[in-house]
Amino acid sequence: MPTKIEKDAVTGINTTGHEWDGLRELDNPLPKWWLYVFYASILFALAWVVLYPALPIRGYTGLTGWTARGAIGPVLEGERARQEPMLARLRGATPEQIAADPQLRAFALAGGRIAFANNCAGCHGAGGQGAAGGFPSLADDEWIWGGSFDAIQHTIQHGARNGESDDARATQMPRFLADGMLTAPQVSDVAEHVLSLTGRATDQAAAGRGAPLFAENCASCHGERGEGNRDLGAPSLADQIWLYGSDKASVARSISYSRGGVMPAWNGRLDPAIVNMLTVYVHALGGGE
Amino acid sequence: MSKLDSPDRVKPAAPPPPAPAPLYANRTRIYPKAVTGTVRRAKWAILALCLGLYYTVPLLRWDRGPALPNQAVLVDMQNARLFFFWIEIWPQEVYYLTGLLVLGAIGLFAATSLFGRVWCGFACPQTVWTDLFMWVERRIQGDRNERMRLDKQNWSREKLLKKGATHAAWLAIAAATGGAWIMYFNDALAMTRDFFTLRASGTVYFFFGLFTATTYLLAGWAREQVCTYMCPWPRFQAAMLDESSLVVSYRGWRGEPRGKAKAAGVGDCVDCRACVNVCPTGIDIRDGLQLECIGCGLCIDACDDIMARLDRPKGLIAFETFANIAASEAAAKPLPPGPARLACGMQARTPTRFLRPRTWLYLGVLGLVAGIMAGSYMLRETLSLAVIRERAPLFVRLSDGGIRNAYALKLASKTRETEMLSLVLDGPAGLQMLVQDAEADAQGRPVLVTRPDGITQWRALVTAPPGLRLPENIPVTFRLIDAEGRIAVSEASVFLGPKP
Repeated sequence: MPTKIEKDAVTGINTTGHEWDGLRELDNPLPKWWLYVFYASILFALAWVVLYPALPIRGYTGLTGWTARGAIGPVLEGERARQEPMLARLRGATPEQIAADPQLRAFALAGGRIAFANNCAGCHGAGGQGAAGGFPSLADDEWIWGGSFDAIQHTIQHGARNGESDDARATQMPRFLADGMLTAPQVSDVAEHVLSLTGRATDQAAAGRGAPLFAENCASCHGERGEGNRDLGAPSLADQIWLYGSDKASVARSISYSRGGVMPAWNGRLDPAIVNMLTVYVHALGGGE
Repeated sequence: MSKLDSPDRVKPAAPPPPAPAPLYANRTRIYPKAVTGTVRRAKWAILALCLGLYYTVPLLRWDRGPALPNQAVLVDMQNARLFFFWIEIWPQEVYYLTGLLVLGAIGLFAATSLFGRVWCGFACPQTVWTDLFMWVERRIQGDRNERMRLDKQNWSREKLLKKGATHAAWLAIAAATGGAWIMYFNDALAMTRDFFTLRASGTVYFFFGLFTATTYLLAGWAREQVCTYMCPWPRFQAAMLDESSLVVSYRGWRGEPRGKAKAAGVGDCVDCRACVNVCPTGIDIRDGLQLECIGCGLCIDACDDIMARLDRPKGLIAFETFANIAASEAAAKPLPPGPARLACGMQARTPTRFLRPRTWLYLGVLGLVAGIMAGSYMLRETLSLAVIRERAPLFVRLSDGGIRNAYALKLASKTRETEMLSLVLDGPAGLQMLVQDAEADAQGRPVLVTRPDGITQWRALVTAPPGLRLPENIPVTFRLIDAEGRIAVSEASVFLGPKP
């Protein structure tokens, strides 16, 4: 509640007329230094708006033309130039040679980790653990297309079933039920037989009925005992790793409608040095072959 | 007066209270007078020692072999090492620095309880550099009276020259101070060369500028204001003092009542103000111990000088305990001023008790902290192993049904030698371990190699074969065995698997 403006007895300064429970506010001026700093800040802000891209207007860059993107450019160029000698060596070496050279290997593992996180982890997981729905784990000891340096490098370079690269891994599993090659009961029998390869079958009779069907339709790619064939990207059916699930429904679905992972070709997207770094990194993840 | 008025308005208006003394005091310029004597000589000696150490320590060399800095005392920020003669400290051992600070604090407490603020008066950098700056000022502008006259007179050629020369000299000393500071953080010799050829880093120039500026401002301009207002120490130093502490004291029982030398019935103090004129903080010690007193004892020299000229015994102002002041006062009070009173007062004094519970406590804590530091330094591990379990994936199922966990092993060595250590896994029988890129020793155990003064990283794959039934989570321990078969270092981790 404003009261009378009066001179304060102790300090000789006028009050503002505001009073709270007997406490009155003195009308002291702002300190000079504070005011000058305030004015200087206003001038600084105005100069900033004129010189720098401070307004949310498309294309407004201020008189200096400075942009954050423009500023980072030379820094990145400098970093690339700094890495270039190492990258050149990585481009010129095979993954085996890189893995054998401690210095190159250390660089490739460190760089490969980052490149993997940027490009591969989306499907294959942060530590190469894979993901449900047909994204294979790279940290285990099963390699669909081969776990040697050359095989890994080829897969990264050209991908699988992508229609981008002529050298892509490109085999196709038939759709046995959908295309009328097997009837539904036959599919069920073959699924029981596949499960029996790892001791999972519950219906021994059905598994027995499926055996000849398997030999006739599946063994050409997956092998007589389901041991798989890496040249064809046909995974082993006799081990404990199941990309699409180990229950009977999943197996029957695989037989009926086929499976086949798609992976992009990285040849044109990544520097050959990065591909080599990734190869060495992925090889080291699960031990490689 | 209506009933709506609040009770406090009903009260009769009280007369305004007297204005309280302002909390702000304008600074009074202090012109300390030159003084000679025992205390002054001790102060010069300590000043020379402190400055000498400060400027020469970075130049000392200490051979640590090739590829290592040969500077005896060096804080190597780039390589994250602190070198102190034969001691080398890693960043994670920064608690030694904490220990040194604790020692410094307790040492300060102990010294204060024994001798008052001797640190402030003799060895504190603020005092040392201010003393040096005052010496320069005195050489150029003259002593107290001449400086006061110079400050009062209008600007003239002489004043400009003298003031300019003073500030130039101050800036030169400040620059040398800043220059020596950065030598503790860089190789002194190489850095000096780079500094003058403008090839040193921006950080070097920044800290050079910072320490030059603070030296110039604190020792040239702020001076006693630092001690009185900026430093927290005077506010709580009284807690360390007791009646047996030797502090700069005026023997009032001998000096009072003050009066002219030839007057009758007066004490030994002739009220010449020599003690006030030499005081670097501008106080009157005759008012007793006070917050601003830094215990430098220059007033002792000034007073002794006057007493000698008057042919009276020295020691009207002296390092004296409160207990003795009180005892002398009680004994001498009945006597009239004169030699008899002086003799009686001096006789009533008792020897100073240096060892008393308070100082025992400080010395005990000092010894304890020093002992802990020395012990922990002698027992410190030169090898450390960190085991970081890979968590993506938590575990890997292998094609044969086995379960595999991966661990990153980081082996940090603080020695300058390469060591070969065999790795064994302590856990359930049947677990198999493979360390990528590691050679095997005669018993087939993987060998981890340390990097001198560095870290090596390894990746261990631990596999539970298909037949091994294990719980979901079991502890395992990685142990490194040295050439003599002893366990050099152990680190615990866990092995995870699917729910059984």
